Amino acid sequence: MKLDGGQALIRSLELEGVEVMFGLPGGAILPVYDPIIDSSIRHILVRHEQGAGHMAEGYAHATGRPGVAMVTSGPAATNIVTPLCDAYLDSVPMVVITGQVPTGAIGTDAFQECDTTGMTSGITKHNFLVTDAQDIPRTIKEAFHIATTGRPGPVLVDIPKDIVDPNNPNSAMEWFDNVEMDLPGYHPDTSVEPAAIQAAVALMQAAERPVLYVGGGILKARAAEALRELAELTGFHVVTTLMARGAFPDSHELCLGMPGMHGNFTAVTAMQESDLLIALGSRFDDRITGRLDGFAVDAKIIHVDIDPAELGKVRRPDVAIQGDCRVAIEAMVELLRVQGVGESDRQAWRSRISGWQERFPLTYDPSVPGEALKPQFVIEKLRDATPDDTIVASGVGQHQMWASQYWKFDHPYTWINSGGLGTMGFSIPAAIGAKVGCPDKTVWAIDGDGCFQMTAQELVTATVENIPIKVALLNNSYLGMVRQWQDMFYDERHSEVFLSKDVPDYKGWAEAMGCFALRVDDPDEVENAIAQANEVNDRPVVIDFRTEAREKVYPMVASGTTNSDLLVHPSQEDQPR
Amino acid sequence: MTEETERRNHTLVVTVENKAGVLARVASLFARRAFNIKSLAVAPIDDEDLSRITIVVDGASAPLEQVVNQLNKLINVVHIQDLQPGHAVERELMLVTVTVEPDHRDDIVEKLDRAGGKVMSVGIDAMMLSLVGTPDRIDVFEEFLRPYGILDLQRTGRVALANLDEPID
Repeated sequence: MKLDGGQALIRSLELEGVEVMFGLPGGAILPVYDPIIDSSIRHILVRHEQGAGHMAEGYAHATGRPGVAMVTSGPAATNIVTPLCDAYLDSVPMVVITGQVPTGAIGTDAFQECDTTGMTSGITKHNFLVTDAQDIPRTIKEAFHIATTGRPGPVLVDIPKDIVDPNNPNSAMEWFDNVEMDLPGYHPDTSVEPAAIQAAVALMQAAERPVLYVGGGILKARAAEALRELAELTGFHVVTTLMARGAFPDSHELCLGMPGMHGNFTAVTAMQESDLLIALGSRFDDRITGRLDGFAVDAKIIHVDIDPAELGKVRRPDVAIQGDCRVAIEAMVELLRVQGVGESDRQAWRSRISGWQERFPLTYDPSVPGEALKPQFVIEKLRDATPDDTIVASGVGQHQMWASQYWKFDHPYTWINSGGLGTMGFSIPAAIGAKVGCPDKTVWAIDGDGCFQMTAQELVTATVENIPIKVALLNNSYLGMVRQWQDMFYDERHSEVFLSKDVPDYKGWAEAMGCFALRVDDPDEVENAIAQANEVNDRPVVIDFRTEAREKVYPMVASGTTNSDLLVHPSQEDQPR
Repeated sequence: MTEETERRNHTLVVTVENKAGVLARVASLFARRAFNIKSLAVAPIDDEDLSRITIVVDGASAPLEQVVNQLNKLINVVHIQDLQPGHAVERELMLVTVTVEPDHRDDIVEKLDRAGGKVMSVGIDAMMLSLVGTPDRIDVFEEFLRPYGILDLQRTGRVALANLDEPID
């Protein structure tokens, strides 16, 4: 069957099961947009290419299926670099298609030419520049295979205009139903070494102060159920990193919550004092370890990761298990059922943990009527007024940390955020992508005013495309996290962090974008506003919550210090540790 | 090259797909992760779909295991062989143009003969020489020539293959 390259590209996407893609057309990709009219794929027209990338990420986070974005060449490609890097650092499966100038013009500095593959080679799992229409189906198949297998990640396919343009002879190609991939250097290995499992189980049996240190990889491996089985079988406590919130239910008695720079006292300290850390799909990020030479110095390490390059990259494991997290955990469970979980006395450890939990709960000063809202209070009210499988997408900064701390995540794939790259402006487009993937679920974006101003225009997309997300804007009129650091480490010299509380008029702006919008100043109005927002399901909602600018995220491990030097809320400073 | 630096330097023989841009991916991986390359040599091999890159890595700039693991993550990298010092045949080619006064000519040509090199080109007061050898023997020869006045010099970077059962070198 004869097709042109553009038709072949769309058909290849359909065969990969793509139901939705996010994008914005332009000159170089124009020929591929034409066959979309006849395709089963839903295309969502964004207002900025960065939005397309984060929507694809949000879709992938929420559904587990690869997100797809398509944009044109040059500035469109540079605009989607941020989402690519974000997806790379958070291992999000994504396929991005970029238009490129015609093959004959490549290298001539043609209009809207940019070295897209060169620019993105360090921030994609892999990228392709396709130069022959006949290679399109195979390349698309390879792109999806690479994006979704092994350690997932973003793959970019750069397509010159002439090979997809039906008016150009270069685009003529012969369609075959079966194309073979040609990836001689790519062999992701999910199996695990039985001897390594045995060695890990022996360490687990001997441990007196074990902690399961769970990262985002557990979600990528769809291993939440297996994790629960392992935790319940062993009675070991679980910490869930920022990327893994929801992988283990917060309401479970063995759940300690989030560790790291803004983790809660018990999660941070249990890791720090443990004699065995069982790292599952987590990568000893510097935001988790604090100063490395003082991190969990007594702990032996079991490290499970699909990516061999993570094993020993930061901390040398005593037992390294390369392979799929779910396969590894199931093998551990099987062996532990036969051999038992060991005779070690862990009672003292459990008592210490419950002591820390009692003395150092997450806390903040209450909201006082007549004064600005406490952001933590708003998040708690929001949490209590929404279904427990609500998807929360956050931006980056103080509001992100409070959301992770004060929400109760009881289901996997309900927390979507930018962990590795820390991308401001992530939440609104990511929430849109999540809602597209899970239209029956309630999706709230928890955003800051700094983040909101970076990508708020995608609410136009949400309105026009009928994607009714809800946005809780925690508006403290500052770049809050930067201000917190200036407060603590720069003598309260607030250089260039004040944004203004009233400019823009967020309510007016949201209404102009077609949203239902409210402004809330008083603690007593919070519940009512959330109730009103919950009633609106035919368009996006924005609530401008006016929050307290002086509020800080506690606990905190300051940069350059160890996790033993954790700063707690001022009211807890005198508590014995 | 001292024995210690030779131990620190590791020779990786990286077989890659013979496609556009692959060398750039490999080189930029090293740059991005701050691994130091001491020497790099690239050429296609007998299988036209593949090329081989011989990289001498400064093991002090990063743990070798991490270098190999990161290289392995590149989709176009098909195979990596870590050649331990002393377990491989390693060669480099030097082309050098050196000033030669008439009364030094015999001395240089004699040394060159003994080293197994060749005179490639002769001018009025200069000669171009070629020498194939282990990198340290080439270092030695380069030092020998230096006092005469080196006008131009080009070395290829190291290529290497694992020893067969009985090393002769």
